[in-house]
Order: sequence, then structure tokens, then C-alpha cells
Amino acid sequence: MKIAIPLDEDRLSVCPVLARAPYFLFSTQGKESIEENPAAQAQGGAGMQAAQFLVDGDVDILITPRCGENAAEVFKAAGIEIFKSANKAAADDLAAYGEGKLEVLSHFHGGFQGIR
Amino acid sequence: MKIACLSGKGGAGKTFAAVNLAAVAGECCYVDCDVEEPNGRLFLKPEGLETHPVSTLLPEFDAALCTGCKKCVDFCRFHALVYVKGKPIVFSEVCHSCGGCSLVCPAGAVREEPRTVGLLELGRHGDITVITGVLNPGEASGTPLIREAVKQSRGLSILDCPPGSSCPVMESAMDADYCLLVAEPTAFGLHNFRMVYELSSLLGKKCGVLINKQDAPYEPLECFCREEGLPVLERIPFDMEAAECIAAGEIAAEKLPRYRELFTRLLSKIGGGA
Repeated sequence: MKIAIPLDEDRLSVCPVLARAPYFLFSTQGKESIEENPAAQAQGGAGMQAAQFLVDGDVDILITPRCGENAAEVFKAAGIEIFKSANKAAADDLAAYGEGKLEVLSHFHGGFQGIR
Repeated sequence: MKIACLSGKGGAGKTFAAVNLAAVAGECCYVDCDVEEPNGRLFLKPEGLETHPVSTLLPEFDAALCTGCKKCVDFCRFHALVYVKGKPIVFSEVCHSCGGCSLVCPAGAVREEPRTVGLLELGRHGDITVITGVLNPGEASGTPLIREAVKQSRGLSILDCPPGSSCPVMESAMDADYCLLVAEPTAFGLHNFRMVYELSSLLGKKCGVLINKQDAPYEPLECFCREEGLPVLERIPFDMEAAECIAAGEIAAEKLPRYRELFTRLLSKIGGGA
């Protein structure tokens, strides 16, 4: 099972935005890796581009503070479950998820960009 | 000749100017490019209406033919496509109907299907052919409809443009021979006026200014026009009688002789009248 979390510039904190987060943290059975987000600098449609990146990475679980409607539709189609981040440090979110303490993310915002 | 009425700020008097110019022009076309809220028809009350649906193309993907190469996904610069579970899904409000996905698909798995986004309404008000673009509520982009509306115009045409200075405004003014910039003499009015002037200059358009609702000259606007060498063609004072006319859905140039004279002068200064 593969878990993804958007990461901020310091590569430790959870990034408050999903689509334009500079990095993603991936965790597979305790093995962690950090990859650059190809959508971070997108002019428009970053949500879909980031979603494609996570779908292509065979992610099963996404932990994020927020998520746009379009990206959410992609995750739903791909069967990726979304949980709401509750901690500042990504490591704490991973631990909280392991203990079953994170809630399912159910509110999706209308998006800030993508239409031009 | 196509004359585009622009302002940047909403409520500056684009529709007032466009409708009144059309009213004094004789045989002409009035084109309402403000497809999100077309108001010219409230004044022109066009008769003998015909309507035509306008559609754009939206790609559909055949999962049986799709090989999963994702060339279409990589091609789409708007990121309207995401490949999930065997075929791309399209986000219609992000798609710009460019047809690129269908061109790059090596497997012929993309079919473009028309999708109705609004309608064109054609009617007459005396000598004026009234062309109105009406965008369906909830549609994100009015540009395909604006393109069709402008395409219908013949001869002397007055294009009533949307507010702002983004894609729909550019689409409306792109083929214009002259940009009439309707300016409201306020700080907010000037701010948006400068943006739409920048756009008109970028498009290489000849411009002139109509100052509307003026109680006293607004010096920063006067100064800007002087410095840019922008001619102020006419000034309309803040006028209760004109406001009453508008509120009653009437055309000032048809009711009040001084407006007929003013707009006739304006049209001849632009070079569109006798």
C-alpha cells in the first residue's frame, strides 16, 4: 500500500496546498521517498496534472489538508482514498494514519485556477 | 466597419454607447458580445427572432481502441485530460476544444462530439440587425459563442463587448477596426480603462474615448488621455433624464434630440457615419 502526502519546501512539513506543493512524500510499507511535483509550476490545471502524477505512481492513500473538486473526481475514479491531514509534520500524519486517527476528507473546494 | 465598445469596468456605459450608436447609424448590425449577461436586447427589443444553437467540440475516448500511450494527456496544455483506469477522462470546463488530443492520438481512439454551450438570437429593430449571444448558465467560457456572434455581422457593426480585459474581451475586439473606450471618470474606472487600453494597443487598434457620467473632469483620466495622445471624442454629463430613459428600457437617441446629435457626431468622428 502506497501513501502520498504533499510536502512543503523544507521537505518535512505537510504543504497546505495539494496541486502546487513543491514535493510529494511517498511511503510504501515504511519505506519513504520524496519526489518533485511536476505540477508545482503549472500555469493552469495543476490539480489534474498533480492527480495524474499520483495516479501514475499507483498511490492508494492520499493525506492532504485540502483538495479541489476536479482532482477529487480523478482520485475517486482511480479508487484513491483521501484523508485529512491533522499534523504539521508529514511524519506525524503517517503515524496518525497508522493508528487510524485521521478522518476521511469530505469537503472539496471549487478550485482556484484551471479555467482560463 | 466594426466598432468595438469597451470599458474595462462594468457599468461604465458600453451598452448605452453601443445601443445609441446603432440607433443613429441607420442600416447596421448591433452585436451583443457580453454573452454572460446580454443587455442590449432590453433596449432594442428585437422582433422576428430566430435562434440557433452554438456548440463546441468535446473529445470522447474509446477505451477499446485506447492503447494508454497518454500522448493526448501530455499534449493538453490546459491539463483537461487525466488518464485513469484504461482511458482518459476529460474536464469539459477546462477543455478549450482545440482538437489536439484527436490529432496526436495514434490509435484513432478520440472522437470529437458537439456540445451546445449557448445560442445566437437574431432579430430586427428598425434598420438594425440585432445579434445576441446567450451563454448557457454555468458554462465557463463564452468565447466560442462570441466568435460565432461576430461572424454573423455584416457592414457597419457595433460590437458591445463584455467588461474586463481578458479572453472574452479579446475575442470580441479582435476583428474590430476601431475601439471606442467608454470611460467612467473615477479612480476605479480609470484603473480598468488603462487595462483595456493596454489590450487595445496590443491588438494594434485605433482608439478613441467616450467619457460617460461626468460631473466634473477627472484630472488623472484627462492627464492619461493627453499623455497617450488618446482623443476624447465626446463627453456625456451625469444626466437624470438619460438615467430615466435607461431605467425605462428606452433608447436615449430615439427619445432625446441632444443624444441623437451627440451619438451622430460621435459616429462621424469614429468614421462610421455620414
